[in-house]
Amino acid sequence: MTLGSVPMRYKVSIDRDQCMQCMRCVDNCSYGVYRVDGDKILVDSRKCTACHRCISMCPRDAISLQERPVDYRSHPVWTAQVREDVINQARTGKIILAGMGNALDYPIIFDRLVLDACQVTNPSIDPLREPMELRTYLGKKPSRLEFKKNDQGDVELATELAPNLKLETPIMIGHMSYGAISLNAQLSMAKAVAEMGTFMGTGEGGLHNALHPYQDHTIVQVASGRFGVDIDYLERGAAIEIKIGQGAKPGIGGHLPGEKVCVDVSCTRMIPLGSDAISPAPHHDIYSIEDLAQLVRSLKEATEWKKPVFVKIAAVHNVAAIAAGIARSSADAVVIDGFRGGTGAAPKVFRDNVGIPIEAAIAAVDQKLNDQGVRNEVSIIASGGIRNSADLAKSIALGADAVYIGTASLIALGCRVCGNCYRNLCPWGIATQRQDLVDRLDPEIGAQNVANLIHAWTLELSELMGAAGLNSIESLRGNRERLRGYMLDEGMLKVLKVNPVGA
Amino acid sequence: MEKVVIDAKGMHYTPLNKQVRQAVASGAKEIEINNVLGQRFIADGLRGDVKITINGIPGGDLCMFMNGPECTVYGNCEHAPGNTMDGGMIVVHGSAGDAVAHSMRGGKVYVRGNIGYRGGIHMKEYESKKPMLIIGGTSHAFLGEYMAGGLIMVFCMAEEPFMQDRGIGSGIHGGEIVIRGEVADRLLGVGAKKVEFTETDLKRLSPVIEDFCSRFNIDPAPLMNTNYTRIVPSSSRPFAGKYTWE
Repeated sequence: MTLGSVPMRYKVSIDRDQCMQCMRCVDNCSYGVYRVDGDKILVDSRKCTACHRCISMCPRDAISLQERPVDYRSHPVWTAQVREDVINQARTGKIILAGMGNALDYPIIFDRLVLDACQVTNPSIDPLREPMELRTYLGKKPSRLEFKKNDQGDVELATELAPNLKLETPIMIGHMSYGAISLNAQLSMAKAVAEMGTFMGTGEGGLHNALHPYQDHTIVQVASGRFGVDIDYLERGAAIEIKIGQGAKPGIGGHLPGEKVCVDVSCTRMIPLGSDAISPAPHHDIYSIEDLAQLVRSLKEATEWKKPVFVKIAAVHNVAAIAAGIARSSADAVVIDGFRGGTGAAPKVFRDNVGIPIEAAIAAVDQKLNDQGVRNEVSIIASGGIRNSADLAKSIALGADAVYIGTASLIALGCRVCGNCYRNLCPWGIATQRQDLVDRLDPEIGAQNVANLIHAWTLELSELMGAAGLNSIESLRGNRERLRGYMLDEGMLKVLKVNPVGA
Repeated sequence: MEKVVIDAKGMHYTPLNKQVRQAVASGAKEIEINNVLGQRFIADGLRGDVKITINGIPGGDLCMFMNGPECTVYGNCEHAPGNTMDGGMIVVHGSAGDAVAHSMRGGKVYVRGNIGYRGGIHMKEYESKKPMLIIGGTSHAFLGEYMAGGLIMVFCMAEEPFMQDRGIGSGIHGGEIVIRGEVADRLLGVGAKKVEFTETDLKRLSPVIEDFCSRFNIDPAPLMNTNYTRIVPSSSRPFAGKYTWE
């Protein structure tokens, strides 16, 4: 016991005057915080993850939760988190894994960018009475169009157009695999995107039969483990996405622990029950940009060039040059995942320290593709830390065509960002395969919540555009004139190609 | 329907595959493709019950995502034949490049000669689907890396020493690698271990040896003994001990 125990992270207490002993907290907590002894509910605060399930289910608001009830001596360098990580590693000698996205207190560039609005000279537009065009097409756009006259003398398009995805709103749901999240969570999202006329990613876990009715709204993922990938899967998706990297853990592979590989997951991923699903760090058929082009074309050839193929990379230092390579690989869109992207589990040192913010990555990629005259060859999809419609509008103004949301869509299903996704105990029925927990998530209600969120952001985006005098998403895209930097340094403003406030 | 013959001379892979698909759609049971020279993705994503003969040297990713057909190559192959293949068969009367049978999940790949680096990488099995990569000659490094299921056999029928390259079964967590002769310990990758090749193993794998030999007109007798090394995962969860939770 040289090290002893560290202080508990959360303290849960029950207001005994308010409590009516309905036992909902006991039933709902999958982490085992509560137990009944005679006529008393006992609390083991050490097991608490701050998932808020008990608090949200308590009919009397009798439960309170306090974070870090025990103070450490305050110190700006040796924070409680830093000290506890050292203690953990002194005990175990292992790599620390953690759930959800980057938890370090980096400044958020989105919050230092402000949007424009019209006054006097250029009237704003009221989306209530003017049509706002948010429809977005993802995929290659021809650099020029050729026409010909047909026998009747009508003009026809002679240029052959590449397949594009048609989105009614530039918000898609990012790739969260079946395995990482539950079937009911995926179903909720699938129903929501089908209703809203947009798309969701399947993640690297195959496509469960229950999702087949929504397959025209799914983007199927091909990652380095090739789990669940066969020709049927490729043909079902509306588009195919090659995952090279992920913002939460750039440069490393994925690892679904055997505990989460249940019968249905094993069947969808096509791997044995209870075995670890290991995705290697690189695709072992991609060791160069030429090899990437070969994988892109192999997927197009397999699906007879009918589907757009996206390539997803983590936002890293040379993201712009990498995206320029991708634009020349026959890919139809590049997905950039910023360092705030979420995950079920990632080594903490990667999650918190590797990669760059999405804001800078979008601007750098858009600029590089424009400079090289290939911006029309690929659409840009931004993801990793898009929290609201303001982040969405700013992403598009910086140059993105559309965004993927992940964590926000999980919060719409109940997630409270407790970050224990890897434990298979998610009491909201999202990041778990335990049937009794999964059953807590009703896909019909979940779908409505997610659809509501997308709808609300879409409304807000229309209002923001209207206020800026724009009636089409194309006029906002890459329109950095409508952004100003507030308290951003000169170097950052230069990367973003944005003027400071007042300029 | 009778045999369809395609002359691939100077042809790009897309029109070539279109012709192959058309032939299969119209009921061809046999397709012969002549003058193949570097065309990639032949039979990519192809389904059906058809025998394809390739005369020449196909480019990378031969039979990728393929499910069903049987493809015989009279020549060498470029890299990754059988990439993410689902079912069916590839028989190569020659040698093949790197990443042969990459992520293959079903079917068979037989190579008469040698293969390059990372053969059978991340092959995996599920229920009745057990992919097989059988090699007449030898293999370069990292054979069966990250292997999650299926069977790799290397007969080392060329000159001795049989297997010289290292990293065999690095990160293997399922399936088995069977190599003729002794395999030095220093050639094993992290997570791989050697076990004895028994009479029971020989009995179990005899049909595979015989089928391979019959495809290439080789006498199976010298291969029908227990002079093999069997390499299997030391754990089905190779990375389980590497991490601690926050």
